[in-house]
Amino acid sequence: MTWDVILATLAAAIKAGTPILYATLGEILAERAGILNLGLEGMMLIGALTGFLICSMTNNPWLGVLAAISSGALLALIHAFLTITLRAQQVVSGLALTMFGMGLSGFIGKVVIGVPIVSYFRPFDFPILSQIPLLGEVFFQQDALVYISYLLIPILSFWIYRTRPGLHMRAVGENPATADAMGISVTGIRYFYTLLGGCLAGLGGAYLSLAYTPVWLENMVAGRGWIAIALVIFASWDPLRALLGSYLFGLVDAVQFRAQALGLAVPSFFLNMTPYVATILVLVFATRQTARRHLGAPTALGIPFAREEKT
Amino acid sequence: MSIFLEKRAQSSRLLSAMVPLLAIILALLMGAIIIALTGSNPWEAYREMFVGAFGSGYALSETLVKTIPLILCSLGVGIAFRATLWNIGAEGQLYMGAFAAGGIALAFPQGQGWWLIPLMVLASLVGGALWGLIPGLLKAKLNVNEIITSLLLNYVAILWFQYWIYGPWKDPLGYGFPYTAPFGEGAWLPTLAGTRIHLGLAFAVLAAVFLFFLLKSTRVGYEIRIIGENPQAARYAGMNIPGAILLVFAISGGLAGLAGMGEISGVIHRLQPAISPGFGYTAIIIAWLSRFNPWLTIAVSFLFGGLLVGGYSLRAFGLSDSLVLILQGLILFLLLGGDILTRYRLRWKGSRA
Repeated sequence: MTWDVILATLAAAIKAGTPILYATLGEILAERAGILNLGLEGMMLIGALTGFLICSMTNNPWLGVLAAISSGALLALIHAFLTITLRAQQVVSGLALTMFGMGLSGFIGKVVIGVPIVSYFRPFDFPILSQIPLLGEVFFQQDALVYISYLLIPILSFWIYRTRPGLHMRAVGENPATADAMGISVTGIRYFYTLLGGCLAGLGGAYLSLAYTPVWLENMVAGRGWIAIALVIFASWDPLRALLGSYLFGLVDAVQFRAQALGLAVPSFFLNMTPYVATILVLVFATRQTARRHLGAPTALGIPFAREEKT
Repeated sequence: MSIFLEKRAQSSRLLSAMVPLLAIILALLMGAIIIALTGSNPWEAYREMFVGAFGSGYALSETLVKTIPLILCSLGVGIAFRATLWNIGAEGQLYMGAFAAGGIALAFPQGQGWWLIPLMVLASLVGGALWGLIPGLLKAKLNVNEIITSLLLNYVAILWFQYWIYGPWKDPLGYGFPYTAPFGEGAWLPTLAGTRIHLGLAFAVLAAVFLFFLLKSTRVGYEIRIIGENPQAARYAGMNIPGAILLVFAISGGLAGLAGMGEISGVIHRLQPAISPGFGYTAIIIAWLSRFNPWLTIAVSFLFGGLLVGGYSLRAFGLSDSLVLILQGLILFLLLGGDILTRYRLRWKGSRA
């Protein structure tokens, strides 16, 4: 294997990891505020479809991204209303969201299956940085959405750990009763981050249909939403570790894809299994690690919050 | 202004009985809006669905055919719910059951003995149970989130199933199509005269009876219920929680596996790349809707079987049968919201009550 092939595979790993990275970041925010949203898969699908539809109508991929972000937030709003205002079971609501998103995207998307689009996010050399030997080729000959995802990591890390709103978010996820007593709006904060999570999931979906493979296919997210949910645990709810996990997954994906292209003797069915199996293994590993190092989930994750009821 | 919840003095019994029905009606109404937005006539689409599902003897029999795997999968998902375990992997367990039973059928193409069907049943139970035990073991021993593992294993199971059909088990006389050879008739489940309703229906009803008695009158069933309702108490009482988790996942997976056997042995009579339109996922809604009651599960499965069969007639109408999935998601949303409203009242802040 030549150097070129290795670099190209690594660059492909970044690309394959990016949609998952966006979704994972979104889920980290929602879960940090205490809301488990298992609807990632559905929100990503709707994001992928609306992004694709709007882009094919306007020939402007940025408008597509905007539409994807909004539609992701809209779906997340259903989840937020049910789980925050009505305090419904978060797992079931998330599953319903996934089904709804799968159904709706399949229903509406039927008309545009296989239709090509003219404008989408193409890779370009990032000024100066792309000239860095080796690293430049892997990290800085990508498309605009990949560059944005790089920016998002330090921003979110700073937000979560170093700002006042970030502190409030963590307080709401860890101990909503105390946060409430301090005058923080638990409901408001949970709504905000659940919607933001939806935005990022929608964006992750749009990455698939507007950059990764610029086409719409039914169920094109293919389980990436679930992989992202597993990666949140692997990442211990930390953005930088989410980046690591997503690229690790991207690498598995890129390698199996290349192995197929090279006609490796292993049947494609087994290669296609690798991302799912790898995710399960990573999840097992991460669960053991978090248990050992007490890096658990936000304490109030999945638990509805209600002020003590007066009876 | 904001909305908040106020606890009802007593949860309304009438409301809680009405909620599932209202959820379905409201979901259909919302679905009608979506159909109308695509430029079709929702009334005609629904009539098409209804006639396709319940409108004739043939339609009813087809709905019953789809009801069989739904009952089996939903019972499995339901018993897991009873122990507050989430088995989202019924779909994969169904495929693994079909794989195991299909392997037996293909191994005895001339098999005519009375033993062939029981052997296939056993194989499907074991195949599904083993596949269900993977998330079960990971949960029981390492506390790995079973929702994610059971779901991801669906993808693995279906790829594994397809590998055999596209590869070693492909019918050499099949003109390159991805099918296995047809099963010998000894591997066919008997059907009701003139219909495709097969013996699997009896399996499904037996399974419901079995679960009912397991939960109601056995020690294990009692433990499962306590673990689900009050895990703390179960722990203090010294119950074997990991053991119960394994048992629940084995039963849950086994029932889904049996559903897979019913499909290939009772309906399809060979293996093909897709044998389920998402029975395992629909089962989650049915289990929730029927509140994990084995008898209600049968009735609700019939309803959702109708929804599936009705969905097929939408294709002829020029609409995608993805509508079925939309309706399922909506029903679940409304059911969740409705459950809350039986226990609480919505109040606007500032309004005088």
